[in-house]
Amino acid sequence: MRRSMTIATAAVALIGVFALAGCTTDPTVTPPAPSDSDPGPSQPGEAPANEWFDQALFDTQDAQRDVAPEGPADQPYLQYINAEMVDTAEYASDGAKKACFANASISNPWRQTGWITMNQQLKVLQESGAISEMETRDAQDSDDTQIADIDYFIEEGGCDVFIISPNSTAAMTPAVERACETGKPVIVFDRGVNTDCPVTFIHPIGGFAWGIDTAEFLIERLSPGDKVVGLRILPGVDVLEQRWAAAEKLFAEAGIDAVDYFTGADPAEIKSIISDELAKGEVKGIWMDAGDGAVAAIEAFEDAGLDYPVMTGEDEMSFLRKWKDTGLTGLAPVYSNFQWRTPLLAAQKIFAGEEIPKEWVLPQSPITAEELDAYLTANEGMPDGHYAKFGGENLPGFPEVWQQRQIP
Amino acid sequence: MKRMRVDSTVIVLGILLLTIVVGAILVATVGRSFFSPGNIRDILTGMSVLGLVAIGQTLVVLGASLDLSVTYVMSLASLIGATTMAGNPANIPWAVTLTLLVCAAIGLANGLIVTVLKVNGFIATLGVGLILQGVLNTSFQGSAGAVPWEFQLIGATGVGPVPVSTIIMLALAVVVWFLLSRTRTGAHLFAVGGDPEVARLSGVRTRPPLIAAHVMCSLFAGLAGLLLASRLGVGSPTVGQQGGYALLSIAAVVLGGTLLLGGRGSIWGTIGGVAIFAVLDNVMSVMQVNPFLKDVVRGIVIVAAVAVYSRRAVVRRRSRFGPGGTRTGGDDAARAAAPAMAAASAALDPAVASEGGAR
Amino acid sequence: MNALRTLVSPRGAVFLLLIVLLVTVTILNPTFAEPGQFMRYIQRVAPVAIIAIGQYFVIIAGEFDLSQGSLITAQVIIAGNLVGQDDSRTVPVLLLMLVFGALVGLVNGLLTTLLQVPSFIVTLGMMLALLGGVMWWTGGAATGNPADSFRQIGRGGIRDLPLIDFLPWSVLILAGWLALGIWLTKRPYGKVLIALGDNARATRYAGARSWWITTRAFIISSVSATVSGVLLVGYAGVHPSVGRGYEFIAITAVVLGGVVLGGGRGWIVAAVAGAFVLEALFLVLNISGVPSSLRDAVQGVIIIAAVAYSGVVFRARRRTTPATASPDQGKGPDAPERTGAHTSAPRPALTPEGVAETRGD
Repeated sequence: MRRSMTIATAAVALIGVFALAGCTTDPTVTPPAPSDSDPGPSQPGEAPANEWFDQALFDTQDAQRDVAPEGPADQPYLQYINAEMVDTAEYASDGAKKACFANASISNPWRQTGWITMNQQLKVLQESGAISEMETRDAQDSDDTQIADIDYFIEEGGCDVFIISPNSTAAMTPAVERACETGKPVIVFDRGVNTDCPVTFIHPIGGFAWGIDTAEFLIERLSPGDKVVGLRILPGVDVLEQRWAAAEKLFAEAGIDAVDYFTGADPAEIKSIISDELAKGEVKGIWMDAGDGAVAAIEAFEDAGLDYPVMTGEDEMSFLRKWKDTGLTGLAPVYSNFQWRTPLLAAQKIFAGEEIPKEWVLPQSPITAEELDAYLTANEGMPDGHYAKFGGENLPGFPEVWQQRQIP
Repeated sequence: MKRMRVDSTVIVLGILLLTIVVGAILVATVGRSFFSPGNIRDILTGMSVLGLVAIGQTLVVLGASLDLSVTYVMSLASLIGATTMAGNPANIPWAVTLTLLVCAAIGLANGLIVTVLKVNGFIATLGVGLILQGVLNTSFQGSAGAVPWEFQLIGATGVGPVPVSTIIMLALAVVVWFLLSRTRTGAHLFAVGGDPEVARLSGVRTRPPLIAAHVMCSLFAGLAGLLLASRLGVGSPTVGQQGGYALLSIAAVVLGGTLLLGGRGSIWGTIGGVAIFAVLDNVMSVMQVNPFLKDVVRGIVIVAAVAVYSRRAVVRRRSRFGPGGTRTGGDDAARAAAPAMAAASAALDPAVASEGGAR
Repeated sequence: MNALRTLVSPRGAVFLLLIVLLVTVTILNPTFAEPGQFMRYIQRVAPVAIIAIGQYFVIIAGEFDLSQGSLITAQVIIAGNLVGQDDSRTVPVLLLMLVFGALVGLVNGLLTTLLQVPSFIVTLGMMLALLGGVMWWTGGAATGNPADSFRQIGRGGIRDLPLIDFLPWSVLILAGWLALGIWLTKRPYGKVLIALGDNARATRYAGARSWWITTRAFIISSVSATVSGVLLVGYAGVHPSVGRGYEFIAITAVVLGGVVLGGGRGWIVAAVAGAFVLEALFLVLNISGVPSSLRDAVQGVIIIAAVAYSGVVFRARRRTTPATASPDQGKGPDAPERTGAHTSAPRPALTPEGVAETRGD
């Protein structure tokens, strides 16, 4: 009787699911367009069986690193590389517009810095009358919540333009497509989606370029057989996975012994991992896919009384300051934090009818040892979680707003 | 027994009503209408996934156990479902069946570890969750699979402002309510959760109800995972972790009046708890509250809401039979016969009579 | 011989596991046996062991403290922001942190005892509120690592000692905290706490003020988390992800040590040994080169196996002694033991609210 109850319940559940799936009204979702976009992780490359490796994208980004960006030299957030322009005359109209921003989260210092910068940029545009207000919904790193946020904006937001920073690529695609169907312009930045219906997709060159920059830096200064420890924050995030995929391939080709660990950005974990590795043998280089916890890694060497490694971190102030203090050989790759300024500026251009790039590739140049001092001076007084290439020096509120770091 | 459950459930619904009223006022201050279709849809969508998980969690908590593995079961379910469907609507029935079978197996493992190995539910499901996390990390490298449009309809469409997913969740809640209140398994679950020793001495087999509860919990987590797959269009190895469903579902269950110690609770209270969370989240999002403050508010509301009826619920004891006594009138008969019984025992033996008096 | 028997018994299972793991590490990496390396291992375990001590007191009383991890994060960020680079602020901020920790514990305890809200819920709410509050106050990222004098507590130690070469302060603090904990368990307070966890109603009838006893357990837990946070500031630096998930590690460590979830039985040294076991396990997984994706799975299996082993063996041994079938919890001649032999479904707690009340009587 008991067992049959369970079976009955399950059967009813299943039947319920099928029945209700059949009788629906008002579908707010339309069947996907016949042209299939890339379904998630790309085809594996030849050498490493890394699902994230995409040779075509790798080569494109490799080439883009050497291209001089077009646009104003002192405004990197308005520059673009190899752009195919798209005509926005259909959206041209007067008056202040309302922007609706579906943010993936502000759960790490990089996003927090960008969010502060974006709000200051908003103030400028409000002043000039281009944008009336920006309503924001924060998904707190949840795909499900962000989809609901976008749907809410579509129904209730009264939005003139959608700005979306997707939480993940494949999962957000249907929601972004729904936003496009409203006929209003959609701007996507940071992580992308698997559709090209948005008016523009803003992002720096990409993860493969990061991986190439950092791997080449380490390979040039190390010898084959040397050990490099790769510290990675999380699995499964494509912007991060691509960085390691490229670096891993280049390390393998150069004969560098590279091992990677997932750290969750926890400095205690990072220190333990490095200490264990140092106990096992010599570690000559550290590769990180994000700057969080870089200091802990360096301190592990200090605690063990060993020489500093060759290291790549990120343009987070904690790493830059420690780099300067210790004098180690380092490089700070960037994931251009100033990209947080571009979406609102793109919105302004769209409503002005100006041409903008369909895929807006922003410059992405690492901070080298020669540039280190300049960036340190420019960002004096900023908290450790601040990012040097935040691009907001000419915005109102500089430097107090970033120094006090009050999240709007 | 009915009076008890109505009490805590009524209180939860009262809190829900209060939240809605306050929420509506706050939302109006920013110029939106709380009761507009889009807003209602946002709230109900927010209820669906957590509601499914919380229903399953209610069963487990009633049995005086916990299930912390639901997050990973959800992620795994979304992946198995999406990869099996692989974009082909013909695969849907088999994908759903396979997913639910796997989830049932996980629930069975949970239940066996808890009942046979006698490991506490907290630790057992924590361990199983870690194992599942390892499986997820090894087998999947990011989102995978593709959900055909027909299945995506479940997550995206609705009857007016009411999403299909919410209707499914409420229908399943009715089924579980029926299971709990009208079947022997349900009664045994309450018994085992309340006091396993007494249940065992009363002849109730203590393992099957708890195992069944764990299996149902994982099944519901699987359904929630499938719903998420439907909404996302793909399976994702992190979708469960993104929502913090394990702790939130337990919070919703306790908010709904179910005792963490087991033995007493109500499905409708849980649904009320889930609704309170959904309304709270919706109001805070509409008012563009700083995301960090959202967590503070959630924490305070959880504690405050549970505090409202915690003292009452604990002090009051569940009456053994309904307000009118047993249906066969046993109480009345016993009361009527009391003097005769006392006289009879006194006649047997004075010593025994005095002992009986003391008892 | 007696020691050997204790080792194999469920009470000693955790120590056996610890020895096995340490031997495995030494085999895989012989440098581990060097005193310097071993000291560094203890330095790493120290923060986890200290919060395990705090969690032990709470679990013994039959409660949960889920807010420890967030409290660590909050304290770490407070240290970073308030001390800054000013060495003179180290001691005042330390005191402030301890007071804040005690306050959090007080709130946890009062909400659990006076408002009768289950500790699971109270500490869950506190976890959310603390983390959200601290992140909101600091804008999500701390100013930076505090002055070196503060960090020396967790990072530095006594150097150039004859045998050991380096004795971290963390090890001394851990030893001191453990000694304090053991002393507390031997005091009347410790006995009453165990009694409370075992049978709350009887303890209350015996005249104990259960609300103050439980509250003190929460205060101990929160202060332990604070001390752990101080050590982590030194060891790891200041970052919002320091301390995440530590409450689950603490609970796992305590349960591995044989403490029953639900209170009433357990040895504090075993709880600390559980923390050492967990770290040794991580070490083994790191060194043996188990693929990082499988580590969680291995951890889960070992946790379940260890807890099941101590549970099953304990019950088997109890079955050989004449079992008392009474549902009431009696106290054994030595450490209080549950007549767990006859419970077929584990009960989470005999909390001060008293499940005894809902048991028919």
